[in-house]
Amino acid sequence: MNLSTSNATALIRARGLTKTFGERTAVDAINFDVRDGEFFGFLGPNGAGKTTTMRMIAGVSPRTAGTLEIFGNDPDTDGPRIRGQLGVVHQQETLDQELTVRENLLIFGRFFGIERKEIAERADQLLELFQLSDRAKDQVEPLSGGMKRRLSIARSLINAPRVLMLDEPTTGLDPQARHLLWDALQRLKRSGTTIVLTTHYMDEAEQLCDRLVVMDQAKIVAEGSPRQLIEEHASREVLELRFPEGTSRISKETLDGIGDRYERLAERVIIGCENGEAAHARALEHGLTPESWLVRRSGLEDVFLRLTGRSLDE
Amino acid sequence: MIASIAPRALSVFERNVFVYRRQWLMIATGFFEPLFFLLGIGFGVGGVIGTLPYNGVEVPYAAFVAPALLASAAMNGAIFDSTFNVFYKLKYARVYDAILATPVSVGDLAVGELLWSNLRGVIYAVAFLCVMFVFGLVASPLALLTPFAVIFIGFAFGAAGFALTTHLRSWKDFDFIFIILTPLFLFSATFYPVEIYPGALRYVVELSPLTRGTHLIRSLCFGDLNLLMLVDIGFLALIGLLGYRHAVSRLGKLLLK
Repeated sequence: MNLSTSNATALIRARGLTKTFGERTAVDAINFDVRDGEFFGFLGPNGAGKTTTMRMIAGVSPRTAGTLEIFGNDPDTDGPRIRGQLGVVHQQETLDQELTVRENLLIFGRFFGIERKEIAERADQLLELFQLSDRAKDQVEPLSGGMKRRLSIARSLINAPRVLMLDEPTTGLDPQARHLLWDALQRLKRSGTTIVLTTHYMDEAEQLCDRLVVMDQAKIVAEGSPRQLIEEHASREVLELRFPEGTSRISKETLDGIGDRYERLAERVIIGCENGEAAHARALEHGLTPESWLVRRSGLEDVFLRLTGRSLDE
Repeated sequence: MIASIAPRALSVFERNVFVYRRQWLMIATGFFEPLFFLLGIGFGVGGVIGTLPYNGVEVPYAAFVAPALLASAAMNGAIFDSTFNVFYKLKYARVYDAILATPVSVGDLAVGELLWSNLRGVIYAVAFLCVMFVFGLVASPLALLTPFAVIFIGFAFGAAGFALTTHLRSWKDFDFIFIILTPLFLFSATFYPVEIYPGALRYVVELSPLTRGTHLIRSLCFGDLNLLMLVDIGFLALIGLLGYRHAVSRLGKLLLK
């Protein structure tokens, strides 16, 4: 992989970063840079090694091999100093159920050694920013999923981190809560916070990330901006043909020549092409009788499919 | 080293202060158990027994039992926090996962939790000491040193409990802790002098950390300063240190994979 090594403002820099658990290799010699001020994403299916990578950056999982620098420090030896400038939001809720909403922020600030008065001011600002002020005195448990996630993010910002790390931040949220969260993250980014996120949602990565790496089976398989990746690895449009009875009996000859390339999934055939309507017409000429079909612009999903031969939700 | 660790450990302690500001009644419940034992056994059974020879002097049975109850109150206070509460935060609430995402280390975490569990033991000890004064069971002004002496008891049991808890898999496993605690409480020279045990059994009982704690507290309450008290302190501190080191190493294995 060709990485821009000349970049002097990389906040996080990994070379040959590897993590094994016994026989299993969770992260296999990956290289990446996260630059100051950017929104950086790890995109990939569950089990691709995204969370392990995040944990190594946060210094709570010692790496097996390779080099890793965060703000020029090594997490193995400077863990506390690095974590002092990181904000971490775990995939699973880690809010303190025994404390109120505001107390969650107050005590978290103490873990960073910030003065009580300063924490109190910052806590109130963050609650305001994340629209939680009216719930400040409530217990955590009755909050909705979206509110809890916003509180987790607010809490992770109590130390005004240089880098905010989000592991699958919108998993399990309804569409409205997701969009609220996306807006909040965009505002944060504009205010200068570097954000690193993992996701297995294509639309999330496309909407938010300036740059991302696609991970699959412990490796990075592609790197670039969402637009670059789509231009490089996918055609302009996609024709999806749906066959509920399965696609296994369709012959290769029938599928060849409809578009530039195709991927056969269990009940769908995905055809990459310049013009979806024209490709559909050709599909009918080839004798295909899909139950339904649609034409759309190519997205990261298609990039992933192209690179791995699998769809993300498989 | 200590200067850099101390504030972070204290922040972990502070978290528990936050929680218990609203739940102080929960803490108060732990005060009643030794009181009931004092009334039921110390005065109830003591009414039948009358007095007991202690260091060649006849002392009222309740005065003999009370220091042991003070020691076990400190033990229970420390154990409760370092087992149940630690398990909840470790396995269920993921409180420790959140804390370790900050500059706080597993060492800070363990120190903070042990400070807190120890405070709980000290609170029970002070409360029970007041009860002893009210009932006229304090024979010496040296008893005023017991709140400091119980710190060693709290450290030993808090750290041992913490270490044990890192090995528990589910709430069901807490039965093991009760299986250890009940005989410890009953047989550690709590209700009768350790000399009663025949032969080798006595030396086994002498090695019980609660026997050492009880000996330490009882000596203070009767104003009987002796060299064995140094052994008590050393023994309790050793258990505490071993427990602490094991707990930290286990926390690292469990949380920093």
